[in-house]
Amino acid sequence: MSSIARAPQPAKASFVNDPKVRGIVYQIVLVAVIVGLVWMAASNAIENLRAAKIASGFGFLNSTSGFDVSQTLIPYSATSTYGAAFIVGLLNTLLVAAIGVVLATFLGFLIGIARLSSNWIVARVATAYVELIRNLPLLLQLLFWYIAVLRSLPEPRNSLGVGTSVFLNNRGLYIPRPVFAPDAWIVLAAFALGVVAAIGYAVRAHRRQAATGQQSPVISASIGFVVGLPLLAWAVLALVAANPISFDLPIKGTFNLRGGLQVFPELVALTLGLVIYTAAFIAEIVRAGILAVSKGQTEAAHALGIKPGHTLRLVVIPQAMRVIIPPLTSQYLNLTKNSSLAVVIGYPDLVQVFMGTVLNQTGQAIECVAMTMAVYLTISIATASFMNWYNARKALVER
Amino acid sequence: MTSKFATLALGLAVGLAGVGLGASGASAQATLNNVKQKGFLQCGANTGLAGFGVPDAQGNWTGFDVDYCRAIAAAIFGDPTKVRFTPLAAKDRFTALQSGEVDVLIRNTTVTMSRDTTLGLDFPAVNYYDGQGFMVRKKLGVASAKELNGASVCTQQGTTTELNLADYFRGNNMKYEVVAFATSDETFKAYDTGRCDAFTTDASGLYAERLRASAPDDHIVLPEIISKEPLGPGVRQGDPQWADLVRWTHNALLIAEELGVTKANVDQMLKSDNPEVKRLLGVEGSFGESIGLTKDWVVRMVKGVGNYGEIFERNVGEGSRLKIKRGLNALWNKGGLQFAAPIR
Repeated sequence: MSSIARAPQPAKASFVNDPKVRGIVYQIVLVAVIVGLVWMAASNAIENLRAAKIASGFGFLNSTSGFDVSQTLIPYSATSTYGAAFIVGLLNTLLVAAIGVVLATFLGFLIGIARLSSNWIVARVATAYVELIRNLPLLLQLLFWYIAVLRSLPEPRNSLGVGTSVFLNNRGLYIPRPVFAPDAWIVLAAFALGVVAAIGYAVRAHRRQAATGQQSPVISASIGFVVGLPLLAWAVLALVAANPISFDLPIKGTFNLRGGLQVFPELVALTLGLVIYTAAFIAEIVRAGILAVSKGQTEAAHALGIKPGHTLRLVVIPQAMRVIIPPLTSQYLNLTKNSSLAVVIGYPDLVQVFMGTVLNQTGQAIECVAMTMAVYLTISIATASFMNWYNARKALVER
Repeated sequence: MTSKFATLALGLAVGLAGVGLGASGASAQATLNNVKQKGFLQCGANTGLAGFGVPDAQGNWTGFDVDYCRAIAAAIFGDPTKVRFTPLAAKDRFTALQSGEVDVLIRNTTVTMSRDTTLGLDFPAVNYYDGQGFMVRKKLGVASAKELNGASVCTQQGTTTELNLADYFRGNNMKYEVVAFATSDETFKAYDTGRCDAFTTDASGLYAERLRASAPDDHIVLPEIISKEPLGPGVRQGDPQWADLVRWTHNALLIAEELGVTKANVDQMLKSDNPEVKRLLGVEGSFGESIGLTKDWVVRMVKGVGNYGEIFERNVGEGSRLKIKRGLNALWNKGGLQFAAPIR
């Protein structure tokens, strides 16, 4: 009958006014400007370095370093390269960051929960800890711990001995160092197998409990797997072949103890300072997280007859984690970056070794600073990505 | 997203560094004009080494190196107080000079080939011949550095000391544990607290630092000198006029001592008949003008700080707290190495 009147087509908008096209153009311009700035800056720097006759480039990483470092996690000597010195510093930074993050988390949770304790003394002590520690500059605390550690320990000739193979003095803690024979991989493999078995057992026990409500002795079984298996392998090897793992014991030398594994006082002081400082902040984050969980949850758990310990562990903390994780990530990043204060107490971290000695010996400031920044950026981004992934797993799943 | 940030951060860093160097690069050609325009000399100094460069409670700097800064200021301005000091840790000193933060670095710095050739710096003179030594506690019963096998040694990082230490122990097939700190202050404090068995630095530094020990008499300096440490002022490469000025400042101070021109008698010496004295003090010739200064530049310096011998005695010599003998630093005609090219 009648044709439906077609809606009049809007006149095709001018290309210039198309928001999509505009958006793309703006982005291209922005990227071009950034690339141009970076290029200009880089070529300017290279030009100026050449004019000032300062060596440039990364070739120095292959030159012999000529200096020694006390704590090295890889074989390193004065005949190694600057590149090796970089790795030594990097590993030392990662070591103190890893130990620090784990210990600070434990201590932080402990203090945070203690602050909410119904026990008056426990709660007040925790409050005093937080208020004292987080209000003092970290640098001051590091120096305090370093001097405190050094001054309170005896000199090597009067070492404190625990038994005949563990010694403590102002050069550090000396413990027996395991020496692995070629067969030792069997013991290590048994240990790895034990860990896998323990995890498998725990997963099965969890399923069984969910299905039937029956509990299994997870903890004792895990210890059995993780400790028992390697011990068994060790004993068997020692009986049928040679002892796969012997110990290098520290013995007294002219000045220091020789042999054994030495934990340097610099590492102890730095870890202590970072852990105690960061734990104060983590404690506050934990407290805030727990208080964010509705009190009804605790009351409901109590009404069901769940013990207070279980209430905290199974009901409150899992919900609090959603609030805790994002700020906790920042604290982990802070701890890692703060470890660069190691420079004042002689701990050979990345900044001390690479931005200190290497930069000075080679004079290549731009390369050294850029590499160090890239390292901290990489560590921080990796930590943040992991925590974001963990956070996404823990976050409320909206259905 | 993150990688974009990384690139941006790196680019910015490189850019800022480039801009900084660019600014200094332009002024490097005319350090003297720049100094004259500012009205003072910016001198890179030690963070605190008794006898060489140390500020007192009022912020007045004194010391052997400090007097060299004052001598240059006196030569330029006729006033030895027209100096500002930038205290620099060993590891920061070259960057500060390269970037133009200081005009001259006079901070017991060892001249080495790599420093001279790859850092973009020049070392026009050697004002103190030194060598590296060790200090230990007396009660250890050690009489020689050769007995230090297995010792912990405290040292300052970013120094030739750190490298010589590694060489010495490697060369003698001995083991040691190095504990390196950023400043001489931290290094010595750690040694004094008992962290290390031995403390090592240039011999002059050992005598200076021992004064700061909680009980100076409990420590001894071992007899071995394990390295050559020619200490001298550093300048940026590419400004020959400024390097000449620093070199001839040192030479003139030596010649003044050689000819017996002192702070006290410099005015009478102006009337001397000795042609060498006449040239030194600008009565004859115009040598000061050839380095961009006035004829009486040496008169100004000697009036301000005295000659080389006076500077040495006042700060580190037998009359000072450090009680260091002239030794290698005596004039060439008195058995030492200090030998100045003549002014003519």
